[in-house]
Amino acid sequence: MNLSVEEGNVVFTVAVVLLIFGSAVFAFQASSIPASRLINPEELVKILQSPKGEKPLMIQVGSHVLYEQAHIPGSEYIGPASREIGILQLRKRVEALPRNKFIVIYCGCCPWKHCPNVKPADDALQALGFTNAKVLYISDNFGANWVDKGYPVAKGE
Amino acid sequence: MDLAKKILIAIAAIAIATGLFFLNRHRSVPAGYRVANVAGHPLAPEFSLPELSGQTLDLSTYRGKIVLLDFWATWCDPCREEIPHFVELQNKYRDQGLQIIGVSMDDGPEPVRDFYQRFHMNYPVAMGNAKIGELYGGVLGLPVAFLIGRDGRIEAKHIGATDISVFERETKALLQPQ
Repeated sequence: MNLSVEEGNVVFTVAVVLLIFGSAVFAFQASSIPASRLINPEELVKILQSPKGEKPLMIQVGSHVLYEQAHIPGSEYIGPASREIGILQLRKRVEALPRNKFIVIYCGCCPWKHCPNVKPADDALQALGFTNAKVLYISDNFGANWVDKGYPVAKGE
Repeated sequence: MDLAKKILIAIAAIAIATGLFFLNRHRSVPAGYRVANVAGHPLAPEFSLPELSGQTLDLSTYRGKIVLLDFWATWCDPCREEIPHFVELQNKYRDQGLQIIGVSMDDGPEPVRDFYQRFHMNYPVAMGNAKIGELYGGVLGLPVAFLIGRDGRIEAKHIGATDISVFERETKALLQPQ
């Protein structure tokens, strides 16, 4: 296909607009985390209940008020990763760990596509080079997809 | 294909992508999960919480009004989208007896104060905590809203983003004389 210079410019502009739009839509969404880095609640429960195998370092990267009400036993609260302070604390917590450490981050504050915390946390762990960091896939919220399923829960600070 | 057609196709593609994006944002909670009529209509648990203004908010003060109790947070996208609609609803039905109360589940009041000003919120907002979350059956995902009748009983519970028309329909039904 032969395009004139003018047509080529238009096509290029449209492509750029689409690219920018696509990036803006998906860049901050949990939906853009690859499936290979997700772990389902039932898979995690099996790992936690199994007498064998490495147990992950579990980090809650959402709201403290929600963490206080219910969290996965043994998991640590780090602060909302949608805020700079949360990312700083996450980096501080994991920086000394071997890069193949099994880590699971989770939030569950909101439906998956609206969660503002898991994507920045996943990005931070990827940037630090962690090769075995997973994100707990919580489709609706922590109450519906973890607590109501009867999975183990702890309360408090 | 001439230039005009190419531009038209590009605009159509952007419009479709935009439409899909916004459709996607509002489809995240299965429809059946959004609305839960509360069986037995239990009394809404009483609570006292600090308001943003520094005063204490007592739920009991609002007995006799229809109360829409909204658990939300500034970092919660669907919560933020609901707020302007709640402001409108409060304006529209205030004189008939609707009182919206926001309970922020943010970890601190600073972002809430800022949000309150920016969104011209016209109803009281208190800072929530784990205790009130547990009182209301566990607020383990946001938003969650309760519609409370004049007698203090919970009439409905909405989990996840809910269309404002649902709240308005239920509010109007409760405002009608029995």
